[in-house]
Amino acid sequence: MDIEEHFFRHEFGRIVATLTRLFGVGNFALVEDVTQDAFCRAMETWKLRGLPKNPSAWLMATAKNRALDILRRERTARVSEPALARFLESEWTLVPTVEEAFSAYAVNDSQLRMMFSCCHPRLSEEAQIALILHILCGFSVKEIAQAFVSSHAAIEKRITRAKKILAESTKLFDLADADLPSRLSSVLQALYLLFNEGYHGSSPEAAVRMELCQEAMRLMNLLTKQPALVTPQSYALAALMYLNAARLPTRLDGSGNLVSFFEQDRSLWNHNLIAEGQALLNLSASGTELTKYHIEAAIASMHTSAARSEDTDWKQIVSLYDMLMAIHPSPVVALNRAIAIAQLEGPDRGLQEIRIIHDLHRLSSYPFYPATLGELELRRGNYPVAKAHFSTALSLARNPMERNFLQRLIDTCKES
Amino acid sequence: MTEFAYFYRGYELPASPEEMQKKTVKWMTWLKDLSDKGHVKSLGEPLQPGGKVVKGTKKQIIDGPYAEAKDVVGGYSIIVAKDIEQAVELSLGCPIFEDDGSIEVRPFGQPALGDGY
Repeated sequence: MDIEEHFFRHEFGRIVATLTRLFGVGNFALVEDVTQDAFCRAMETWKLRGLPKNPSAWLMATAKNRALDILRRERTARVSEPALARFLESEWTLVPTVEEAFSAYAVNDSQLRMMFSCCHPRLSEEAQIALILHILCGFSVKEIAQAFVSSHAAIEKRITRAKKILAESTKLFDLADADLPSRLSSVLQALYLLFNEGYHGSSPEAAVRMELCQEAMRLMNLLTKQPALVTPQSYALAALMYLNAARLPTRLDGSGNLVSFFEQDRSLWNHNLIAEGQALLNLSASGTELTKYHIEAAIASMHTSAARSEDTDWKQIVSLYDMLMAIHPSPVVALNRAIAIAQLEGPDRGLQEIRIIHDLHRLSSYPFYPATLGELELRRGNYPVAKAHFSTALSLARNPMERNFLQRLIDTCKES
Repeated sequence: MTEFAYFYRGYELPASPEEMQKKTVKWMTWLKDLSDKGHVKSLGEPLQPGGKVVKGTKKQIIDGPYAEAKDVVGGYSIIVAKDIEQAVELSLGCPIFEDDGSIEVRPFGQPALGDGY
């Protein structure tokens, strides 16, 4: 059947955002009812009658008609944005106003406003991401709980609370607001974390959750298509996502096992995404602000531009990590920097750098910390020490892919 | 060949858009397969859950549905099969059973007397 992957999910986000614009953030329960109703109608009809010619327009028209019914009947539904409210009072202006809200431009605009509204300063980063996934990406509480290895109850509580805070705003975030720059940073950070969660995935089920990456990129694309919102840092984050996504297919082999970065088949990298990422990276190189997104994208680009692993410009990468440490220090960044130094100057130097990482204890539950120690000891020919490190890493592994990956390294040590 | 009505009854709706999509595709695939094999006379129509019931000599009008939610007919299709056994057999692949729903299989009532009547 020719129904695009995740079609329902994406349309859900578009419809929720559009209806919220009409009914107002305070009427969110009504918005969810109307959306749910449109999707039930679609499902009940399509499952018997097959897909209509234009499924997206079908859903939008169904939601729109239902919205018109409600706006005609129930005054309480008309507590929308003050700017819209007066147009919803009279039948003369009601229909054109609703039509306008469902136009392609307005739907995108509403999604962006919704995205900015979800990144409310009173919400934690975790709550912002959960809310974005729930409202804009149509993830159920159960699906979010699975994605974040959290309990159903915990996510439910987080979302309920977040919705309450959202509803307290009188209207959706105005993209012409003076607070836009600070809010934009939060939005970018949320999308960055969402992408990383999919890319590095601590989920017990899967090491890579492509869907989260795809959702982050879809929302990112909405943002970079809006001229008023694109800043060098949004281009940089988009570039980072494209350059990393290009390498996603090779992180797992045919049997779903994690593949070491150095052994990945570079011919399988997605070269369209690399080209797109590189173009975005060039666009990001204006202005005066150098963000972590710029540097991380530049590092990713150093990797994607090397035809073979041994062609990598590690010297340049080390200096990029130096810059990243200067503006955004963290033990994980320091560990990655040490790995780059090991590539450039040998495993001894790498280990030396690791020993002096500030806050090293914060890596104590991160499996790739002992795994890195093991990898460097392996290169020095210290097989028993390497094996001990890999065993520690194995005990910290978060999913079967990580476990298999580490088990194979342990086996390598035994054989040597 | 005889015509049969399938009445789809009582099933849970999926909770998330993603699950809805998967379920929709399953139904479409099942009906398309029956259709490709020449067993579908009409894909039928979905029925909305609400409605009215007009009843008895007094033509009393009551709000529907009059059955419990799990017994409400959610839609129907018209199927062609050689006998009731085959009609039942053909229904077995329907995704409705995954959601604890049921299909009522009913042969059409008109006796098959041929064109001479």
